[in-house]
Amino acid sequence: MRKNLLAILLVLPALVMIVLFFIVPLIASILGAFEVGDAWGLGNFRKSFELYSGDMIFTVVIVTVSTALIGIFSIAIGGYLTLGENPRAVAILRWLYRWPMFIPFIVVGQILRTFLAKNGLMNNIFVSLGVLTPLQTVGFLDWRGIVIAFVWKQTPFVTLLVAGAMASLDRSTIEAARNLGASRLRILIEIVLPQISGTLLVGLILSFVTMMSVLSVPLMINAQSPTMLTADIAFRINAHGDYGVANALGMISLILTTGVALIYLRQTMKERS
Amino acid sequence: MARFDFWWLPRAVILGLLAFIIFGPLTNMLLWTVAEKWYFPHMLPLEYGFSFWERVFSPRGNAMSSLATSILVASLTVVASLALAVPAGYALSRLKLPFRGLILLAFLIPQAFPNLPVYVNIARFFYQIGLNGTIAGVVMVHVTHGLVYAVWIATAAFSAVQIDLEEAARSIGAGPMRAFRDVTLPLAAPGLMASAIFVFLESLDEFTGSYFVGAPDVNTLPLLLYTASSGGNYQIASITALLLLIPSIGFMLVVERFLRADVLSKVGH
Repeated sequence: MRKNLLAILLVLPALVMIVLFFIVPLIASILGAFEVGDAWGLGNFRKSFELYSGDMIFTVVIVTVSTALIGIFSIAIGGYLTLGENPRAVAILRWLYRWPMFIPFIVVGQILRTFLAKNGLMNNIFVSLGVLTPLQTVGFLDWRGIVIAFVWKQTPFVTLLVAGAMASLDRSTIEAARNLGASRLRILIEIVLPQISGTLLVGLILSFVTMMSVLSVPLMINAQSPTMLTADIAFRINAHGDYGVANALGMISLILTTGVALIYLRQTMKERS
Repeated sequence: MARFDFWWLPRAVILGLLAFIIFGPLTNMLLWTVAEKWYFPHMLPLEYGFSFWERVFSPRGNAMSSLATSILVASLTVVASLALAVPAGYALSRLKLPFRGLILLAFLIPQAFPNLPVYVNIARFFYQIGLNGTIAGVVMVHVTHGLVYAVWIATAAFSAVQIDLEEAARSIGAGPMRAFRDVTLPLAAPGLMASAIFVFLESLDEFTGSYFVGAPDVNTLPLLLYTASSGGNYQIASITALLLLIPSIGFMLVVERFLRADVLSKVGH
């Protein structure tokens, strides 16, 4: 009993920190969403849908497309790392794919902003190579830029998880299928993928939540309308001091995130039963 | 009999493309840090030089004070996080704790919910009690955000230390504090070091919380990068980005030395 108490006392300060500086403000944000002047109501939500329903769809589309692309690329890279037969290519890929992982989002925003712009390095290279004329160049600093930034930054993280799970699989079924003449693509889709789908799911959900709450990338790459909800929240606070609508938008993005997490969870439950 | 492998060409093309996608933007940033004059449609800068570096690193420049602020905030965040995480990690790995799984999960909450609405409301609350725009306020936000790494890695680091060693120290007469200080703590040190680096980098790179709680009084490097970039000053922004990038890349290269497989396999358990 005394030992139990000691353990609780040791954990308590850290837990209090989480409750005080995360859970309490989270509740305040949910309550604040229903606060209109001095009364309770749905006015903030009405205003949010009036002003920002386009941005809500924009946010969902961007984050969903990014998550799908991250999934495809991480399976492809992880699959090659596991099943690739050229040791040199595998080693190069292993060294190459991780670079963007630890680069902060704000830096990703800055470097892609200068790279993808209409007059950025990418277009300059195409023009010098003669692929494009200066008049044909297009900037990517709209929804495409945000998707590229998210995929660029988050793919290595999911790949790291996926490749780790693939490496710890039992090799014998893979070898057996290979001996029976199955192609590597078929092995990846029919044998490897079903066994690592749990890890992939966790990685993708974590990425989804991260992308839903990143402010710096939409601010740096595309702050004009249509933009992401995070940029709208910042705008409501900084330009109008309007906490009601900001909290309502926050709650909408919270509901979107939980919704996605729940859909995926139900999917896995169904697959398992 | 050796047969010629015709797959080298698609392999080389794909790896080359990937290298371009990853290093193209990074090269672009490096070029901007030394570009004196660069405009469309020239592929490379027209003049190179370090005049912007001089401006950034001049003693009265914004960047030096931002760098100092960032390092101060990150160091305080590490100290506070470890002070909270070492006892918590020890209890979670060694002592009997009711609802242990739930407690571990609770530290994940700040990463599992969109945190922008939370920062907005913290800023509002801090404003009322006078913590907005102070170093202490920013540190508190960073500690809450980084605590999951600190606690989870500390728990894993203590779990990876064999309990026999601790019991051996106790059986030859060392008190519990002494056994912890002289045996468990030194053995868990590399793992704790890794969690300290994680927390330091998280704090160094944090933008959203600092933007709402710190700006404009506490001007960290990410905030300086943002203001420089929105002002169209790509040289200053790129040099700041490089300053933020070096510790991150360096960490990527050494992380496996600190975070050994035996600790890594226990994270989250």
